[in-house]
This record gives sequence, structure tokens and C-alpha cells, in this order.
Amino acid sequence: MNPPLHRHTGTGLPLRRDDVDTDQIVPAEFCRRITRTGYADALFARWRQDKGFPLTDPAYTGATILIAGRNFGTGSSREHAVWALRDWGFRAVLAAGFGDIFRRNALNNAMLPITLPSGDLDWLAGRVEQDPTTGITVDLDLIEVHCGRRRWHFAIDSRARELILAGADEISLTLDRADRISAHEAQRDPWLPRIAKPTRAGHR
Amino acid sequence: MTTTDGPTTLVDRVWERHVVDEWADGSHLLYVDFHLLHEVSSPQAFEGLRAAGRPVRRPDLTMAVEDHNVPTDGPVIRDDLSRAQVQALRDNCAEHGIELHRLGDRGQGIVHVIAPELGLVQPGMTIVCGDSHTSTLGAFGTLAFGIGTSDVEHVLATQTLVLPRPRSMAVHFAGAVGPGVTPKDVMLALMARVGANGARGHVIEYDGEFIDGLSMEGRLTICNMTVEAGATAGLIAPDDTTFGYLQNRPYAPSASAWDEAVAAWRRLRTSPVAVFDRSVDFDVSGVVPYVTWGTNPGQAVPIDGAVPGLEDLADGEARTAARRAMDYMAVQPGTRMKDLHIDTVFLGSCTNGRIEDLRQAAEVLRGRQVAAGTTMLVVPGSMGVRRQAEAEGLHEVFVRAGAQWRSPGCSMCVGLNEDRARAGERIASTSNRNYEGRQGTHARTHLVSPAVAAATAVSGRLTAPHEL
Repeated sequence: MNPPLHRHTGTGLPLRRDDVDTDQIVPAEFCRRITRTGYADALFARWRQDKGFPLTDPAYTGATILIAGRNFGTGSSREHAVWALRDWGFRAVLAAGFGDIFRRNALNNAMLPITLPSGDLDWLAGRVEQDPTTGITVDLDLIEVHCGRRRWHFAIDSRARELILAGADEISLTLDRADRISAHEAQRDPWLPRIAKPTRAGHR
Repeated sequence: MTTTDGPTTLVDRVWERHVVDEWADGSHLLYVDFHLLHEVSSPQAFEGLRAAGRPVRRPDLTMAVEDHNVPTDGPVIRDDLSRAQVQALRDNCAEHGIELHRLGDRGQGIVHVIAPELGLVQPGMTIVCGDSHTSTLGAFGTLAFGIGTSDVEHVLATQTLVLPRPRSMAVHFAGAVGPGVTPKDVMLALMARVGANGARGHVIEYDGEFIDGLSMEGRLTICNMTVEAGATAGLIAPDDTTFGYLQNRPYAPSASAWDEAVAAWRRLRTSPVAVFDRSVDFDVSGVVPYVTWGTNPGQAVPIDGAVPGLEDLADGEARTAARRAMDYMAVQPGTRMKDLHIDTVFLGSCTNGRIEDLRQAAEVLRGRQVAAGTTMLVVPGSMGVRRQAEAEGLHEVFVRAGAQWRSPGCSMCVGLNEDRARAGERIASTSNRNYEGRQGTHARTHLVSPAVAAATAVSGRLTAPHEL
């Protein structure tokens, strides 16, 4: 469950890379942990070694809005990618497109995946590179990003938006419909597979 | 509800049969017929259930397996973090009464390999797993897709997911493939055309004579690679090949229900007048063995080809990405694929770790030797595949050739377990992702088919089988 979120203002970090798969956001070896937090050290762990990679540039310390390129968060379904971004301090990612599963994972963690056109992302990245203290606001009430005098409307799944605005627990909302779920279960095809009794459940 | 006679796609038919409820914005509460778990994406979901005091709604529609973190050279997990993660899965399954296939068990293997073997994947079902390659299971006319851990928790608690209806995309394969060309090659060629994210946000339905002629193993490879085109899922309408594969599997419909089930499954077809959001026609007759040169699966060329020149690429962004990929892969525009020396050949994974894949590789390797200076790992996708291969004597072909015959797991596909490549190591891999560092920090991956993997092992360079 996430606290309610209506708008977020922060500074940006320009990533300047396209086609960022989740293996880059969090390399696999960090996915052996069983916790939901504590992934800040895993974020872009390999790319961080590259000279000039902006994540560790002191100019962008405290940045909360990642400005990415096209196709961010493709590939593996690992939610660790979102957890690592969040643990580093990011609250929103602006990109010209997201991997399907990453986008869902982000919304489930109230990390805002905002799609903007490439040209506007370039403009924003340039602006932030010129002045890293540039403020950027993501407004979920107005469904707008603004920076200085410029503003952009963005598209967001309306249910996901409502859940984030309310800080609602989706599981509990679904469980409110338990009678509908039971009704569906009563009319499923009788031959569908089910495991009557586990032959081997886990044990020590 | 649309009737079965309406202008409906297969995906829509499956979708509509699973809608439990609808929200004001048009998204649906969708019932999940089966939920597969593995050790990497599930521990935090169980932790969430515990914190909220919620039970698993349908342990009988849930099954778990240890695959990502397990070693393939014996029963002992030496790495502390991996062992703890596997132990967490064991504890969680014990607590909630969930069937678990443990390392070393008769039924253990890669989740997307064992689920079909058990007959758990049937036409018209919805199946999810915290793993992007769940798309593999669409080969049965099943809507199967990967989810993250929060969604795993939602499914454990409710057996449903809240989802917007996906967009549909038809991929029609025209023509027939030449000898030595496999489903893997066709998918690499398709991605070279549509791009590694060309199908984002869509569920693909594949059809055409090429698909009709494929075994279930081949269809599973097609649907597996679907996610590398950025699609949510890929499906193939069920036919006699599907039914033949399923009959008598442990969880297939019983003899008394079989005819009724098959009759229902036969209705799972896209209406001839259905309209897809997007359509692609792809002629497979010109496809040759393909291999990737870069760091995403769309950066692929015919094995006779070379790394493209930057001027051949679509736009500035593609060029920037290509330049970076070339640096990483230590290749240049014009580098011939066949000139690349390969340190390690990996045959396995949920893409190409099934019996047919092993047969194709063994056929090439029979009576030949893995080159000096090249190592080959053969990792069957499941204990069942391993037993079958041994019954056919394939393991002897591999071992005599000098390859390592391993036990099942995700192995070198994922860089999580002990089968990890060294920095700078160049790998010909039958897996699905050639991302930077996917097989180990600074490792370089070339995606290939099983037959090309075997031929490459023999020559020590990227090689098509007919050239040996």
C-alpha cells in the first residue's frame, strides 16, 4: 500500500539512454534478495561504473524525476527495478514509452511512469543539464507535467491514477468483490486443471 | 458479451470468458485459471500476504518450482543468497499448501517447460507467473503473460488481476522455411524487422502454414520469443497438434471429459472477419539461420551477414544505440558474424531447452567434437526432458563431443545462479536475451538456434550447420 499522491515536485536526472532493459536497472544478482526494500545499491549497478554516468554525478544529488529516452524498463518482469528506483529516491520516470510489465509494476508502487514525446524529453534533459536545480512537477490531479512555463498533458490508466491519488490497497478493493469471484469460480469448465492435494509442498 | 459467432479474435474470446467484473474506466477484473511461482519473484508477495493476514485464495490453482537460482551441476546450492531465496519458497509453499517441484525432484525444471509437460497449460486458459517469459505458454491458445511481484501478491490473494483489455496484433507467417531453419531463426528475423519493442502493448496471434506445421515445442519457442518483441503475450489457436500433445498428460482432462473439452477447444479460433488493431505479414521462405550482433534481440542479422553499418540504421536513436552495442560487443560495422570466436556455447533455457531442441543440436554434434578453446553446456529444460534425452542416447552424443551434460535450471540464461559468464566471454546462446550483462557482468551474448549453437561449438566460431 502506498500513501496518497497528488503531485510531486523535484529535480531531474537526465539518463540520455534509449532501450533501457530492467537487467540494466537492476542486474540479476541483486534479485536474490527476499526483501522489498534496500535496493538503492543495485540501481544501475553496472552502468554506475561508466565514466560520466549521471546517477553518481553530485550535480544531480537528490533528483527525484528520472528523464529517460525511448523504451524504458523493457524485458524481465523484475519489480526490483522499480524498488531500486524508489529506494534511490525517484518518484517518477519520464520516457518515450515503457515496457508493459515495468509500467504496471511502477504504478503498483506509485512510481509514476509518464510517457512524453522524445523531443520534449530532449528539451527537458537539456534544461536540467544546464541547470540541475530546475524544478519539474508531475501533477496527477491535472494529469500534467510542468517545468517553467512549459506543460504537457500525459495519458495514464484512469484506475491506476485513482488508486494512486487515494493511496488505495487494490487487493482489498478486489476482495470486496469476492462474491463475484466466487460466482465465476462456480461456472468454470469442470476439466480445468487443479492440484487436489500437493504431493510435495515445501518443507525444511 | 460477444457470442462465439461474432467477429472476435481468439484473445477476445479467451478474455471474455474470464471477466469477473468491470470497473467504471472499462478495465476488467480477470480470473486467473492457473498461477505459476518461482523463487525469485515470489518471496515479497508472500511477505505482503503475511503482513496483511491474508490467505492464498486458491492453492489448488497454484504451483511452484525452483528454477532460476538452482545449480545445474548437483543438488547443493552453494551461494548463501540463492539458498535463502529457495528456502523462502519452500517455507512459503509449506505454509500455504502449494505444490512445489524442488531441485532434484522428478518433476523439477524451468517453469515454462514443466507446466506444459504436466498438462497444466490448456487452450482457453489464463495463466500468469512472475516471469516475462510466461508468454511461452500461449502456444496452447492460452492467454499467458508475465507479471511483477505486486501482481503476484494480488493473484495469490484473489486469483484475479485488474487489467485493461490488451490491443491485438496478427502476425501471419506466409510460406515455408528452408532446411535447417528453426522457429528461433524465424523469431530473430521477425524482430530484426519489427524491432525489439515493435509489438509493445499488444497480444500477438500467430498463424499461417508455418505455424500449422510446427510441433508444440516449436510453437513454445515462437511464443517465448514474443515477449522480446515487446508484446504482452502471444497465442496460437489450438489444433490437433495441441490436443495430441495434451492427451494423457497428468493434468489433462480425464478420459470422460476429454471429448467435451476438445469440442470446446475447437471453438477457440479467431473469426475470419475479425479485425486486429495491427497486422504484420511475414514471409518465412527467405529466412536463414539468424544471429544477434548487438545487445537487444532486434539487433540480428543472417549468420552469413555482418554487423550493419550505422548508415543502414533507421534513425539517430537507433544509431546511438547501435554504437553503444558495438562497443559493448567488441564488434564494428562490417564485422562478419562468422569471424567471431566463441568461448562458450549454451544450449538450454525456456526458449530452446526442450527435447526437440536437444535433438536438433545432437544431430549436428553426432560424431563431431567441440572445438578446443570452446566450452559447451547442455542444460535440459526439465527433468522430463533430461530423462527423454537419455532414453534416446542424446546425452552420449553431447558427452562424447566434449560438452557438459547438466541438470535442469535457468542456468546461463539469466546470470542469477552459478552458471555465469566471465567478463569479456563471448557466448553463443540459445536463450532469449542478449542484453548487456545478462549472462554475467561484461559478458557478450549472441542469440542463436540450437542447430547453430551445435555447429558453432564444433567450429569455435559462429557457424551454420550446413557449413560443417
